[in-house]
Amino acid sequence: MRAAIVVFPGSNRDGDVARALRLAGAEVVKVWHADTELPAGTDLAVLPGGFSYGDYLRCGAIAGRAAAMDAVRAHAARGGLVLGICNGFQILCESGLLPGVLMRNVNRRFICHRQLLRVERDDTRFTSAYAKGQVIDVCVAHGEGNYFADPETLARIEGEGRVAFRYCDESGELTVDANRNGSLNSIAGIFSEKRNVLGLMPHPENFVEGLVGGIDGRGLFASLAA
Amino acid sequence: MKARIIVTLKTGVLDPQGKAIESALKSFGIQDVGSVRQGKVFDIEVEGSDRAAAEATLKTACEKLLANTVVENYAIEIA
Repeated sequence: MRAAIVVFPGSNRDGDVARALRLAGAEVVKVWHADTELPAGTDLAVLPGGFSYGDYLRCGAIAGRAAAMDAVRAHAARGGLVLGICNGFQILCESGLLPGVLMRNVNRRFICHRQLLRVERDDTRFTSAYAKGQVIDVCVAHGEGNYFADPETLARIEGEGRVAFRYCDESGELTVDANRNGSLNSIAGIFSEKRNVLGLMPHPENFVEGLVGGIDGRGLFASLAA
Repeated sequence: MKARIIVTLKTGVLDPQGKAIESALKSFGIQDVGSVRQGKVFDIEVEGSDRAAAEATLKTACEKLLANTVVENYAIEIA
């Protein structure tokens, strides 16, 4: 597994995701946003969390149109894997690689806490190390994670089984309390049509070592490196 | 040529910031405020004097970057 992490001005979780990928056995290189190509042999392109371009205009709007994103788009079109975490998910939506948009949290607060997620499918390149329906303990840290799509788009995403993770409680129930940012259908992450692109708001890369409080994020990187 | 672009949220799209401003205004005693929706204004200088060309340029700017048409509408005003 060869992963290329695209770094934008204002990305700040590139180091954490690089560490999580290396722990899982991946080879990691970083790519600057102005680069027009991904390194040869890239299997996975990663858009890390952070505040690209200071979240100016809209979160992910400017990064979504960066030169490196043309390379990421071409990589995805070839069937290559793309992972966007937090700001990376916002960038994927803004770049058109994933449908919908991430709006201001419904409670108007920057939320930063541990978060339980329900794994919606275990037959993808991103989630094979988890079990369908498994509840995993990771965390969220965002101000704009409120997933929104028009009713037709939402119906299509649901109909095609493209929801990867949903915010849930301990028993896997999708409660209002568990969905603090107000996302439609408690959506925490979605796949592209061919399931080679995943965007999610929570941070699995935070929880890959027991020392920092949890290891439930490992499954995502283990799936990718498998 | 001076132009102004106004970007607003589409009807039905939740606007937590607008809601917060609305309740703040009410709490300041400005009671006749019905509802508030927050938007963005861009003042742009366009080169040249061809209005149709300027409008086409600004439309491209809106579609490519200034508005996210999933949730936002835009209006172009050329002075």
